[in-house]
Amino acid sequence: MTEPTATASIDARLLLRHGWAVVALPLISIGLALLVGAGIILVSQLVIPKHEFDPWLPITAYVALFEGAFGSENAIVNTLVASTPLVLAGLSVGLAFKAGLFNIGAQGQFLIGALGAVAVAVNVSSQPPLVAIPLALGGGLLAGAAWGFIPGALKALSGAHEVVTTIMLNYIAVAVVAAVVSGPLDQPGSPSPITAEVRNAALPVIPGTDAHAGILIAIAAVFIVAALLDRTTLGFEIRTVGANPDAARYAGMHPRRLTMLTMSLAGLLAGAAGASEVLGVTRMMTASYSTTVGFDAIAVALLANTNPYAIVPSALLFGAMRAGAGLMQIDAGVPPELIDVLQATILLFLVMGPVLKRVFRLRGARSGIEAADAITRSYAGDVTR
Amino acid sequence: MDIVQTLYEIPALGLLFQLIGYLIDIVPKIAPFILLAATPLVLGGMCGVLCERSGIVNIGIEGTMLAAAFTGWTVSSAAAGILGIGEAGLFGITPPLVIGILAAVGVAMLIGALQAWLSISVLANQIIVGTIVNIAAFGVTGYLYTLISKTSPPTVGGLRPFVPPDWLTELPIVGWLFTTFLNQAPITMSVIVIVFAMQLLLFRSRWGLRTRAVGEHPRAAETVGVHVARLRYRNVILAGIFAGLAGAYLSMEATDSFQQGMTAGRGFIALAAVIVGRWTPIGAFGAALLFASSQAIGQAVSFAPPPGQLGEILGGFPGQLWDALPYIVTVVVLAGVVGRSIPPAADGQPYEREAAT
Repeated sequence: MTEPTATASIDARLLLRHGWAVVALPLISIGLALLVGAGIILVSQLVIPKHEFDPWLPITAYVALFEGAFGSENAIVNTLVASTPLVLAGLSVGLAFKAGLFNIGAQGQFLIGALGAVAVAVNVSSQPPLVAIPLALGGGLLAGAAWGFIPGALKALSGAHEVVTTIMLNYIAVAVVAAVVSGPLDQPGSPSPITAEVRNAALPVIPGTDAHAGILIAIAAVFIVAALLDRTTLGFEIRTVGANPDAARYAGMHPRRLTMLTMSLAGLLAGAAGASEVLGVTRMMTASYSTTVGFDAIAVALLANTNPYAIVPSALLFGAMRAGAGLMQIDAGVPPELIDVLQATILLFLVMGPVLKRVFRLRGARSGIEAADAITRSYAGDVTR
Repeated sequence: MDIVQTLYEIPALGLLFQLIGYLIDIVPKIAPFILLAATPLVLGGMCGVLCERSGIVNIGIEGTMLAAAFTGWTVSSAAAGILGIGEAGLFGITPPLVIGILAAVGVAMLIGALQAWLSISVLANQIIVGTIVNIAAFGVTGYLYTLISKTSPPTVGGLRPFVPPDWLTELPIVGWLFTTFLNQAPITMSVIVIVFAMQLLLFRSRWGLRTRAVGEHPRAAETVGVHVARLRYRNVILAGIFAGLAGAYLSMEATDSFQQGMTAGRGFIALAAVIVGRWTPIGAFGAALLFASSQAIGQAVSFAPPPGQLGEILGGFPGQLWDALPYIVTVVVLAGVVGRSIPPAADGQPYEREAAT
């Protein structure tokens, strides 16, 4: 007869050990990155003339960063709102990774998705919200998916590597947004190009706060993507193509079709991020509308090791940093670009996983970004050959 | 002249003749600008060719260029603050500028060393490594630029073009060629020398043969006594010189200051030039010229549109299209060419020595 309490405690210990193996490297990387960031804050004081050297500045900065992200109810809402597009775009990059594709184009897909949502929204803005919101969202999703389909099709049909084509499409997207917002969507009478308000197509908010329904969309997307990957044939095929395109083809799958489909789905998710942002936060678009979401999403997906559920805490981390950066600048005079530095440093320590494992004696730990190893290592050896 | 006019007036097909006529008219005029726009692309492309011929995929060219541009500008400005600007020599070269260029190249080589270590020794995924370089460069330069620009650092001025004698540039028919190649600042002028030197070295020297062997089949190269890791390290660090020069060009020759994100995707267009140019220096040069012409022609169309029917049609497109033209051309050309362009076989593959048994 087994003692139930003993089994439970063994299970708990196993779970703990397993959990630690998964989170050890990401946590160490975040910790080390914060240390490096503190060093940069400390040393960079030297370039400011007539500045009295303050050895406590890193602490002041990080306290302000934390307060700006979690210090009040308002701050927490800001963090949630900032994390929402990161979850959606992070899912986009993560899903593409699963199929061995590196979607650096979430930025462009976000912009085109936002544009599509606004373009539909301004035309249905006087319809009842129950009609207007789904239509506008649908416009954003479709536009994003179309923008994602382009590099997918180029890769599948010609072999053009998505790393180059998606970056080019990001720049083209900026031009398209500028052209459309200052052209057909421009509101006459405004001093600078700007679209009309989305009015009834705006996502509902919790009254008195900035928390909008996009947060729910992001949470739903996490479960949908996780279910797609774990429980459907399509998800199985996506993962197989990512792990071994030759095996996938041998098993009767169609790597080219899957490449196109995955990139379109990735575009759809990034487009959802854009749609949620313009319908939930800005509620209109300017010709110079810009964002950091697409590039943050790469860090989000890599830190989460492309796992859909892990993308939530990962997006919360970077969303909190973006939300708190403003207060950090006010309180400590530290430029918000520190967040980009921290992001890069976290990723740097993650790819140094094998080295960290040796230094910190973590034999059982999972390596930092093993899932990303599925991405094509070169311009050759991809699905089309 | 009448024949030309008749050709222009053919319905539909006439537009093509009008386009050809327009290009014949403007290309000699914008040729110097094409070479200018091509310079960072060619230098970035040389960085890419050298890395990938050695078997290391480098998508961090963009970030390396950005970091070099920033370092060159900051260091030359700091040097001017300490040493004074000094006497300008040929090309407007001053001591602070020399120090700035050296610093730009030095930083690019350091980044190359980091990439080499992560790619060759840690065996990390090289595309992720390049991405980290890009994010880090964007973040660090943005961070420091925000701090430094508040201090209004001294301006140093940029490198200036050489002025060839008038009788040379005013020669009929070929004069514009002399203007294109000689009326240029030093980094732009050096590009052609660098391209041909690289082509020769890569395909006609012992070092080049070994480099290509290491990129195609490292195991075979190792068997005949080439130290794969050492050669890859050396080449990736040396390739940094080109990315460093490209960065120095942006902040010290094309302009005289740094702007956030001033590389504007040039590192990635350079990458496309490498692929379209089939991993050869001359090929990458040709592709870079093609991409640069699309940029120069795009600008020409928006500033001096062609006359007549063609001008009306081109004027109908939104102005932003012409800004995006280099990116569009890059995607289209890449998609058209890439299927027939075969990379070095071991490109991007980490190499592990077999354990001695």
